[in-house]
Amino acid sequence: MNDFSQAFQKALQLIIQLDPDLIEIVALSLQVSLTAVFIAGLIGLPLGAALALYKFFGRGLLVAILNTFMGLPPVVVGLVVYLILSRSGPLGALGLLFTPTAMVIAQVCLVTPIIAALTRQTVMDANNEFHAQLRALGAKPQSMMNTLLWETRYSLVTNVFAGFGRAIAEVGAVLIVGGNINHNTRVMTTSIALETSKGNIELALALGVILITLSLIVTSAVMSARQTAHKIYA
Amino acid sequence: MKYFWVKATVLVALVVTLASVPAEKPPFITLSSTTSIENSGLLDYLIPRFRDRSGIDVRVVSVGTGRALKLGETGDTDLILVHHRPSEEAFISKGYGVKRREVMYNDFIIAGPRGDPLNIRKEGSVERVLTLIYEHKMPFVSRGDESGTHKKEMELWALLDVDVQQYSGRWYHETGAGMGTTLNIANGMGAYVLADRGTWLSFKNRNGLALLFENDPLLHNQYSIIEINPERHPHTKSKEAARFTDWLASSEGQQMIASFTLNGQQLFFPNALPQ
Repeated sequence: MNDFSQAFQKALQLIIQLDPDLIEIVALSLQVSLTAVFIAGLIGLPLGAALALYKFFGRGLLVAILNTFMGLPPVVVGLVVYLILSRSGPLGALGLLFTPTAMVIAQVCLVTPIIAALTRQTVMDANNEFHAQLRALGAKPQSMMNTLLWETRYSLVTNVFAGFGRAIAEVGAVLIVGGNINHNTRVMTTSIALETSKGNIELALALGVILITLSLIVTSAVMSARQTAHKIYA
Repeated sequence: MKYFWVKATVLVALVVTLASVPAEKPPFITLSSTTSIENSGLLDYLIPRFRDRSGIDVRVVSVGTGRALKLGETGDTDLILVHHRPSEEAFISKGYGVKRREVMYNDFIIAGPRGDPLNIRKEGSVERVLTLIYEHKMPFVSRGDESGTHKKEMELWALLDVDVQQYSGRWYHETGAGMGTTLNIANGMGAYVLADRGTWLSFKNRNGLALLFENDPLLHNQYSIIEINPERHPHTKSKEAARFTDWLASSEGQQMIASFTLNGQQLFFPNALPQ
């Protein structure tokens, strides 16, 4: 138990001192994961809604694949993105390996299926409820999709942040494609792994406390924004 | 809608921030190095001085020797700083690397439970130590990750004609992880382990582990730096990479290596030959 109380003290100390290395690492973690979630949202929300509303050949298979990909192992995603971005890979000429951009790409691959699959379910449920009304109003599929996405926006925010939770917490993918380079591609999770391997258990645990606190702050901010919006519009 | 636009603006701003990060790029090279060097903090000590001298930043990717060489084969790094001579020579003879310069050395040690049930402290050679571990089926933790340390350990078992693979999972445990992680596991299991001295000295979670055996010529640990063949990978920054190699082998670089200490102990010993 001593380890835990020491870790909390260390975490507080790091936060109070505004340790510049820590700030850099926290900023990069947020930058990478929020960007990845934003892009994944741009792809996943319309994709999920389309899968819920449009009927086409192979939809069942696509949905099954999407649901499976919700649980993609980060280390496998990292490996595939690594092989693609490697100088010897198809996109090697871009020189993106070991950059924050590579980390964003890997996290987009991890998060998009989560957002798309959850959105499909949310929109489908809403569609079952409102389908008849929307039809009676003469809505076309495209406008129906927009309406349903808008009507379910509060649930969708939760879906998007399920994706954020995944992105900010994973270490396997960012370690492989980012390389954990100091002042460059080092984020919270890779720092924790590094400090553990150095035997700095206390510092590693302190960083873990800070990472969880960070997730808590981001999630609370979104939840309160959601509630405020809910009060204004409801 | 107002809040939606606020949120959208914030997110777009974030994306723009990310996109603008690589805009200002000081020249840099990528160096693949081993976890043993990374964990010791040596490069954090050397690189700022080199950057002051040359204006070139060095980005370090820390992996095992095996993967570091692989990164060289695929052209994903400009320089490699590793410690396994046969693999290094194979790498060069296959045409992936152009120059191999020995820059420093230290040695491997054997750590184990403080109580030392086999009493290896008293032994005179590493062969005897490993034979005792093998004969008594004492828990031994191996890196198992094709790193330089792992390859060294394999060579030692081969000298004894012991095929450890067949005992894997019984008394012989392969972690497939870096040196630090492997020491954490050895500590947890109360097992014997081969480690490089740099990682051992900088490792902070020793608890029940102690240094039990050292100073055998077979445990010599030579580090070399290799430049990637620019003919095979024209995009590599061979000029900048050569500057780092030259600096590391220069008297200043060598003195810097010698002056790097941890708790008063020197971790690496420079031995570059003057060119």
